[in-house]
Amino acid sequence: MPYFNRLPMIAYDDVDPADVTPEHVYRNRRRIMALAGGAVGAAGAALVTGCGDLSGLSAAAPQPTIAAPGQVNGQTDELGDQLNSYDQVTNYNNYYEFSTEKEEPAKLAKGFTTAPWTVQVGGLVAKPRTFSVDELVELFGPEERIYRLRCVEAWSMVIPWQGFPLKKLLEAVEPTPKAKYVRFETARKPTEMPGINRGGFPWPYIEGLRLDEAMNELALMVTGLYGKPLPVQNGAPLRLAVPWKYGFKSAKAIVKIDLVESEIATFWMKSGPTEYGFYANVNPEVPHPRWSQSTERRIGEIRRRSTLQFNGYGQQVSKLYEGMDLKRYY
Amino acid sequence: MAVHVGSLIPLARLVWDGYTRHLTANPIQALTQRTGYPALVLLALTLACTPLNTVLGLRWTVPPRRTLGLYAFFYACLHVLLFTTDYFFLVDEGQRWAVLSQQLVEKNYIVAGLAAFVMLVPLAITSTKGWQRRLGRRWRWLHRALYLAAPLAVTHFLWNAKGGADRNEPLVFGAVLAGLLLLRLPPVRRAAYRWRAQSTARARTLVLE
Repeated sequence: MPYFNRLPMIAYDDVDPADVTPEHVYRNRRRIMALAGGAVGAAGAALVTGCGDLSGLSAAAPQPTIAAPGQVNGQTDELGDQLNSYDQVTNYNNYYEFSTEKEEPAKLAKGFTTAPWTVQVGGLVAKPRTFSVDELVELFGPEERIYRLRCVEAWSMVIPWQGFPLKKLLEAVEPTPKAKYVRFETARKPTEMPGINRGGFPWPYIEGLRLDEAMNELALMVTGLYGKPLPVQNGAPLRLAVPWKYGFKSAKAIVKIDLVESEIATFWMKSGPTEYGFYANVNPEVPHPRWSQSTERRIGEIRRRSTLQFNGYGQQVSKLYEGMDLKRYY
Repeated sequence: MAVHVGSLIPLARLVWDGYTRHLTANPIQALTQRTGYPALVLLALTLACTPLNTVLGLRWTVPPRRTLGLYAFFYACLHVLLFTTDYFFLVDEGQRWAVLSQQLVEKNYIVAGLAAFVMLVPLAITSTKGWQRRLGRRWRWLHRALYLAAPLAVTHFLWNAKGGADRNEPLVFGAVLAGLLLLRLPPVRRAAYRWRAQSTARARTLVLE
């Protein structure tokens, strides 16, 4: 682990380094609050929130706390897996709109404007509406979730996101009975996203979920990570996180959400029809045409670990696929 | 000397980037990719030597051919070693044979790459002057296996690409390779000879006039 923590840190336009909570403080913030609260009493807690450096406390009790599924309580997910560092999460990104090289999006992200930004929600709904990102957070969030992210390329990370359940947003616009699928359209700004100009891909990036998948408690609309505003390379200002599916399902920089009647031809289904299906559930039993999906490398680890069915979220999502042949609907 | 220095640059850069922690957050994958790529480039350069001599008369390109080929093999060895150990030393040791065999046998792009590598082994072994003497005429035939191994290696690269613009680079490799192989066909080679003889003759007459 220490090896990877020394990766260079990238500064972002929209984040002043002085405002960024050091990672070790972030990881221990609940304990810090508890300790501080205990020390100064309930009335003092208000003062503590304005405190600058509490880093000394983090070394005091290095006991990993384990979170419930999707809830941030400490340094690990509900399986006891360590969080990936902020540097790892923000410097190793698949974001073809910027580049096919994983370290490039962080560098190319600087010229990308994320404000003002609106999301148009419509299609088969009773109350179509355009939201600003701030409005969305105000109305539906924010809450914190620690999710595993399993890339289709057989690597993975554990990431603390902030956001709100997609379900809340969909309920607000009232899908009509005809609505069966949710279509996500993402930003297509060739002047700010140099990768789009390379051609060969059917831009804009389109993703989709079945409505019942989208209504699942785990499907999260993300606006932040590690308690900070979402960096551009991670999908700012608004992205999806569907942790039981391969990472490419979790579309970034979303500008439009439509409820539709039939299955959506997604970006990757159009780009590689023989390789990518609509569902893209994490499944060690169904290999990618070009590689096995039975193992993955957790970023920061050397040896490959076994991939879990539904990325370990079977309890929450397997009922969505009852009676379906997952080898056929991959 | 220049050939040694040039061929070792990718290795030096890997070592340097490893030392300065610049092998991305997924260093094993970066190492695997960054050893496969120079192997391909060096294979193409190995195959460029002969046509550069026959078509353009650049005689100095012939002697480094063996060295270039051996460096290509060296990077290919590192590449294959990294890949197989990666899938062998799994956290779940019980899974290793199943995963390894699935990776090595069932995946077309791996089969192509592995076939290319296996073909390079006897070529590397018989690359010495001693083997050249011992095998005589057969040596040339054996080493024509490279005409098959190199396209297989490029196919491996192409099949590993994600699609769309990702295929551009492997396709460029493929086009260059096709050109280099085409220039070896006897009629093409003879035409090139004739063209060269004529142009030198023309140059001579110009000088005489």
